[in-house]
Amino acid sequence: MDGNTAYIAAGWLVTFGTLAAYVGVLLRRGRRLSRQVPPESRRWM
Amino acid sequence: MTTPVASGSQAGPGAPDAGPRGVLSRGTVVLGVAVLLGAAALTLLGLWGTPEDRVQGEMVRLIYIHPPAATTAYVGCFLTTVGSVLVLWKRSQWWDLVAGSAAEIAAVFCAITLLTGMLWGKPTWGVFWVWDARLTSTAMLMLLLVGYLALRRLPADREVRSRRAAWLGLLLVPNVILVRQSVEWWRTLHQEPTLSLPGAKIEGLQLFTMSFGFLVFFAAFAWLLVVRFRVAWLEEQVEEQGLDAAIADRRAEAGPTGRADVEAR
Repeated sequence: MDGNTAYIAAGWLVTFGTLAAYVGVLLRRGRRLSRQVPPESRRWM
Repeated sequence: MTTPVASGSQAGPGAPDAGPRGVLSRGTVVLGVAVLLGAAALTLLGLWGTPEDRVQGEMVRLIYIHPPAATTAYVGCFLTTVGSVLVLWKRSQWWDLVAGSAAEIAAVFCAITLLTGMLWGKPTWGVFWVWDARLTSTAMLMLLLVGYLALRRLPADREVRSRRAAWLGLLLVPNVILVRQSVEWWRTLHQEPTLSLPGAKIEGLQLFTMSFGFLVFFAAFAWLLVVRFRVAWLEEQVEEQGLDAAIADRRAEAGPTGRADVEAR
C-alpha cells in the first residue's frame, strides 16, 4: 500500500465501526424493551 | 404509579421475559452470521485480494465500500417514501414502522457515504469537501433524513406524528433522483458512476469485489431493517402499555365516585 493507506484504513474502519456501533445500540435497546413486553407480543420468538 | 417490570431470570411464570435473544430469531441469527462472514470476505478481498487500479492506485479500495453504502442509503430512502405513501393513503401502522426503520438505517449509510467520500476526496482531489452538486445534494439528503427522524420524535399523537413525518418522507425519492443525476445534470468534480464511466473498465476481481460489496451491504440492510422494525414494534407496545397503565392509575386514584364521574363524561 502507498501513502494513502491511512485514508483507506480510516474509510473501512469508519464503515464497519459505525455499523458495529449501530448494531450494538439496536440489540441493547431491543433486549431492554423485550423485558417490558409479554412474549405473545413478540411474534418472532 | 406504574407497575414494576419483571426482568430476566427474576421474572415469574407468565411475566414478561427478555429470553436469551431479545429481538433476534433463528432467521436473523443465520442472516447475521452470513453478513459477518460476507463482510470479512469483502475486507480481505477489498484490502488485500484485489490489485491496485491503473488510474486510482490504492484509492480504488474505497470504491468497494463507498458506492455500495450510497446505494444502500438510496434503497432505505425508497422504502421510506413507499412507506410514507402507504401511511398517507392507507393509514398503515405497519408501513409507518417500516418507513421509520428504513429512514434510520438510510441515515446511517448516508453518513458512511459522506465520510468515506471525504476520505476518498482528500488524497484524490486535495480537499475533504467541495460544494459540488453531488456532495451538496448528498448532504441535503442527510439533512432530510435527520429532519424526518427528528419529526418522528416530536411529542404528538401517534397518528399525527406518523402522518406529519410521512409528508416529509415523500421528498426522499425526489432527492435521491437529484443525487443520482447530479453528475449528469451539472459539471461536477465527482466522477460519474464507476460501472458506467465511458472508457473506463472495471473487470475481473475488481468487478467481482465491487459487486460482492453491493451484495454484503444489501444483506446488512435487510438484517438491520428486520431488527430495527422489531425494536420499533416493541417501542410501540411499551408506549401503549404505558398509556393503559396511566389510565388505570387515574381511574384507581379517582375511586368509585370519580370513576363514575369520569365514565359519565
